[in-house]
Amino acid sequence: MAQDEPIIRIRGLRNQFGAQVVHDNLDLDLYRGEVMGVVGGSGTGKSVLLRTIAGLRPPQGGSIEIFGKDALNCTDDARKEIDLRMGVMFQDGALFSSLTVRENVEVPMQAVPGLTPALRRDLADLKISLSGLPWFAGDKYPSELSGGMRKRAGLARALALDPEILFLDEPTAGLDPIGAAAFDVLIRQLSESLGLSVFLVTHDLDTLHAACTRIAVLAEKKVLTTGTMADMMDVDHPWVREYFHGPRSRAAIDASKRTA
Amino acid sequence: MTDFGFEVTQTSPDAPRALRLRGALTVQTLLRLESVLADHAGQGALTLDLSDVGHMDTAGAWSVVRWSERHGAQVTGLEARLQSLLDTVAAAMPRPDPPEPAPRGLREMLEGVGRGVVGAGRFLTELAAYLGVFLARLGRAARHPSEFRLTSLVHHCQDVGLRAVPIVALMGFLIGIVLAFQGSVQLRQFGAEVFVVELIAISILRELGILLTAIIVAGRTASAFTAAIGSMKMREEIDAMRTLGIDPAMVLFVPRILALLITLPILGLIANIAGFVGGAMMAWAELGISPWMFYVRLTEEISIDHAIVGFSKAPVFAVIIGVIGCHAGMRVESNTESLGRMTSAAVVSAIFAVIAADALFSVFFARVGI
Repeated sequence: MAQDEPIIRIRGLRNQFGAQVVHDNLDLDLYRGEVMGVVGGSGTGKSVLLRTIAGLRPPQGGSIEIFGKDALNCTDDARKEIDLRMGVMFQDGALFSSLTVRENVEVPMQAVPGLTPALRRDLADLKISLSGLPWFAGDKYPSELSGGMRKRAGLARALALDPEILFLDEPTAGLDPIGAAAFDVLIRQLSESLGLSVFLVTHDLDTLHAACTRIAVLAEKKVLTTGTMADMMDVDHPWVREYFHGPRSRAAIDASKRTA
Repeated sequence: MTDFGFEVTQTSPDAPRALRLRGALTVQTLLRLESVLADHAGQGALTLDLSDVGHMDTAGAWSVVRWSERHGAQVTGLEARLQSLLDTVAAAMPRPDPPEPAPRGLREMLEGVGRGVVGAGRFLTELAAYLGVFLARLGRAARHPSEFRLTSLVHHCQDVGLRAVPIVALMGFLIGIVLAFQGSVQLRQFGAEVFVVELIAISILRELGILLTAIIVAGRTASAFTAAIGSMKMREEIDAMRTLGIDPAMVLFVPRILALLITLPILGLIANIAGFVGGAMMAWAELGISPWMFYVRLTEEISIDHAIVGFSKAPVFAVIIGVIGCHAGMRVESNTESLGRMTSAAVVSAIFAVIAADALFSVFFARVGI
């Protein structure tokens, strides 16, 4: 497998709001099949980076290649083709509130020509089940679900068309520890069995331990460093040291050692 | 990505036949895959040979798993990466819960009617409870004036009353014009044009002035009450009030409903006067009844009873609108759809209740002969 060819290649990315520069000369690669966790302090533009790659926000400069194609300067049709191969799970699921969970998952499938309603329904049930939701969740409206179930429903919709890249925005924020741990395992499992590449923005050190194969640290308007969890422990940068050597990080490392 | 094909092979006459699939099993080729699988169902033992499958997604895997489960077919030859996908999908195959036995036919219909009746009964009981709470808090406010929120009352009087004056006045003026015009056309046939004054005065004083004002206020104010209280309920502000020892009924309901009680009769009076002005102008233009003549007939021929009948309804309408608006606001749940739903429900039920109460008043006044 062409492990060396990145599925997403970002070079010299620049994002700014008015005079405030969020990203400057940012480089990042995402390889096929990896789960990349993006961390950084509040306001370092983690979510902005995710939105930029997902095509929700045009950057002020730089280049983004997805699947080897220029994703910024391309026709709308080409961009749509790229979008269909990516799935995004937003923080609170961002489900359409007037549709049931099953109908939400069916929405992206309407882009596939010739899929009958019965098949769409069956496939939606499969995605709901793959996301770890019980059967009865399909008939519920988003407002009737708990926060954790809404996130899973958002994941089911993101998985609807078997994307090759999955973007997750704070997948475990607001979940209880048991639900968060189950979500970490789910992400890892799906990535392995479905061959997904995952771009994951998080604050959750446990998720970094349990789900991510590589970590990218955003600081000083660019990707400061990337590497495995073990690499992070050796980085000599004040913020990175504080982040990965703080009391919460120690607890997360201890926990992952115990379960390992 | 979208190439797909199949062939049926048999190594020896005794061996089970194999259905050999080629190419991509994805959501794009799903329809063709499904029809091929359906064509080869029920033809005895088959194995599914997937060694030539280069690409498969969960949709393809789902189709394969479902078919092999239904027909007891074996799946062979899949490369390791795709086999793990197939295993994941097989483990996650949706298994429907046994459906609840739903009542059908007549029983379902009766059950629906029963639920509706019980629901309506509960709604009316709750409204009565809210009315009770309002009266109790009002009584408490009378005994402990320090607990009463005067600033809030003034604010709501401005919102509910003063800001509604232009629309109510315009509405009354137009109703007066319509009545005068229609009345003059009909009454002229009998040469009884001058009775247009009685027509306008009695219909506006007894019914239209206060009823239409109440309907406009119901649309304007019931929705505003529901939206304001409902959004506080949604953000748990009302729960916060309770934990801080503040009585939501005292600070939210009493000033609002009291403001309606004070301002609705005033708005009704404004509507009545505007109606007379409109009617007098139209009568002057159409029938040549001078405003002075209109005024004299109005004061000499029209009994004060008509005005009493009209204004006696105003406090009842005010309480109905206020209680329904506050009650709907408190029924808002923690999501935005219920806020929208309850706001429109509040307007509909407030307008309906006002008209129903007006009908009851008509019957009552007819019986007592006023």
